[in-house]
Amino acid sequence: MMGNLIILPVVLPAVLAGLTVLLARDNLRLQRVIGCVGMLVFAALALWLLLHSNAPQAYRLGNWPAPFGIVLMLDRLSALMLALLGAVALPVLAYAIATGWDARGRHFHALFLFQLMGLSGAFLTADAFNLFVFFEVLLIASYGLMVHGGGDARLRAGLHYVVTNLVGSTLFLFALATIYGVTGTLNMADLAQKWPLLPPGDQALARVAAGLLLLVFAVKGALVPLQFWLPGTYANAPGPVAALFAIMTKVGAYATLRLGTLVFDQGPTAGMWASLLWPAALLTLALGAFGALGARGLSRLVAFTAIGSMGTVFLALSAGTVQATTAGLYYMIHSTLAGAALFLIADLVLSRRGNHRLEDTRPIAQSGLIAALFMAAAIAMAGVPPLSGFLGKLLVLNALPFVLGWATILIASFLTLLALARAGSALFWKGSGQPPAPHPTQPMTLAATGTLLAGLVALTLFAGPLTTWLSETAQDLHAPAAYVAATALQGGN
Amino acid sequence: MEILLAAAIGLLTAGGIYLILRLRTFPVILGLSLLSYACNLFIFAAGRLAPGLVPIIHKGSAGYTDPLPQALVLTAIVISFGMTAVLVMLAIGAHLGGGDDKVDLNE
Repeated sequence: MMGNLIILPVVLPAVLAGLTVLLARDNLRLQRVIGCVGMLVFAALALWLLLHSNAPQAYRLGNWPAPFGIVLMLDRLSALMLALLGAVALPVLAYAIATGWDARGRHFHALFLFQLMGLSGAFLTADAFNLFVFFEVLLIASYGLMVHGGGDARLRAGLHYVVTNLVGSTLFLFALATIYGVTGTLNMADLAQKWPLLPPGDQALARVAAGLLLLVFAVKGALVPLQFWLPGTYANAPGPVAALFAIMTKVGAYATLRLGTLVFDQGPTAGMWASLLWPAALLTLALGAFGALGARGLSRLVAFTAIGSMGTVFLALSAGTVQATTAGLYYMIHSTLAGAALFLIADLVLSRRGNHRLEDTRPIAQSGLIAALFMAAAIAMAGVPPLSGFLGKLLVLNALPFVLGWATILIASFLTLLALARAGSALFWKGSGQPPAPHPTQPMTLAATGTLLAGLVALTLFAGPLTTWLSETAQDLHAPAAYVAATALQGGN
Repeated sequence: MEILLAAAIGLLTAGGIYLILRLRTFPVILGLSLLSYACNLFIFAAGRLAPGLVPIIHKGSAGYTDPLPQALVLTAIVISFGMTAVLVMLAIGAHLGGGDDKVDLNE
C-alpha cells in the first residue's frame, strides 16, 4: 500500500491535468475546482509521505527489477522537497485564483498541474535519464506558465528562457550519453557502485561527463556565470508564476546534492564538484547583492535576491560535510518560502500601480498592509533577526571553515538589506500626497502571502527539531548505503 | 565509420553553436535543431557502434547491439521535436508582437 503511494505525486497531477484540458477547456470554474482539489490532495499526500520517509523506499515501475526498469525512490530528501513544493504551490494557487491571474489565459490550471507533476517526478526519480525526462516535463509546463497572459515583453523574455533551457537540455543529454558510454547504466544507485571502479582509460571521459552535468544543474540553479536567464525571466513572468519558480532553482540544488553525494564525490571525480561550486557560489552571492542594489524595478530586485540566496545554498552544499549540508537544506527551505512571498508582494504592488519602477512614488491602495508584509519578507530574505533567514545564515556561517565565505555572506547580506530597505522606503514611504488609485482589497491574496510568511515563522520557531531532522537527512545523504540497498540491484555487476 | 560519425557530430555541434550565437530567432532555432541532431547521434554512439547486429539477444545472430541508447534516442527525438515546436510558436508570437525577430531584450 505504502509502496504504491510513492508514484501518486506524479500520477495524480498528470491525470488531473489531462482531465482539465479534456473536460474543462472552456469552464474556468471547473478548472479551478479541479486545480484546488488536486492541489489539496497533493499537499496532504506530500505531508503523509514526509511522515513516512525515515527509511528509503523504492517503487519499481512495472515491477521490473533495478537497474533494468525505472525506479522511483522516496527518501527523506525527496519527501522534504515534495513537502516544500506543496507548501509553496498551495498559497501560490490560491493567490493566482484570487487575483484572476488564472483567467488571463486558457490553460493555467492544466499547466500548473503539469508543473507539479514534473517537479514531483524530478524529486522522486532514482534514474538519471528519467531525471532528464522530468526536467523536460517541468520545463515545458514552465514555458507555458512563463508566457501565460501574453504581452510582447513577456513573450520575448520567454524566448530567452526557452532557448537557454534547450541548450541546457542538450548538454544534459550529452552528459548522460557519456555516462552511459563509460558505465553502461543510468540507474543512480548502480552508478554509485560502478563510478569508483572505472578503468583509468575512462576516467577522463567520466570527469567530462560530471563537468557537463554540473553545468546543466548550474543553469537550473542560476549559478554564476549561468544565471543570466533568471532576472529577465522572473521579472517578466506573471507574479504567481515567478513565486512558483522560486522552487525551480532549487531543483538544480536538489539534483546537485543528490547526484553529488550519491555518485560523483568518489572515484575519478572525488571533490571535483565541490572545487567548482564554491568559487561560483561566492560569485553568485556577490552578483545577487550588487544586482539587487542596481535593480530599478521591484521584480528584478527580488529576482536578484533569489540569485543571491542560491549562492548561499550552493556555498553550504559545496562544503560536503553533514553540518554544512544540514545548514544548506535549512536555508533552502527558508529561501524558497521567502522568495515566493517576495514575488507575490511584488505582484501585489504591480497590480495596484501598473509598473514595477522604484522611482515611481504614487501611493498604492492598502499600502500599510502590503508594507508590513514586505517588511517581514525583506527581513527574512536579508537575514536579519528574528526570522529564519538569520538562523539559516548563522547555521551556514557556523558550518563554513573559511574566512572568504564568511566575508562574502556578511557583506552580501548587508548589501541585500540595503537594497531591500531602499526599495521599501521608495515604494511605501515616499507617497507623493495624491490619493491612491482604488483597488479591491482581495483578502485572499494577502492571506496567501501571509501563509508563506507564517511558514517562515514556523521555520524559526521549530528550528531545533527541524535541524535535528535535517541533520539525519544529511547523514543519510553522505552515507548512501541504505539508498543503494533499497534499490535492490539485480544482475551481474 | 568511427571517424565519419565523430566528424558528423563535431560538424553539427560546431554549426549549432555558431547559429545559436546569432542575433535573430530563426538561426537560433536552426542552431538548436542542429545541436539536438548532434546529440542524438552522440547518444546512439554511446552504445558502441555495431553495424549489422540486431538489438536483441538471439541464438541465430553473431552478437547484439545495445538497445538502450536506441530507446534513449527515441525519447530525446520526441522531446526535442516538441520543444522546437513550442519555440517556433513563441518566436512567431514575439515576432508578430514586437515587429522584428531580434533576440535581444530591452530593459
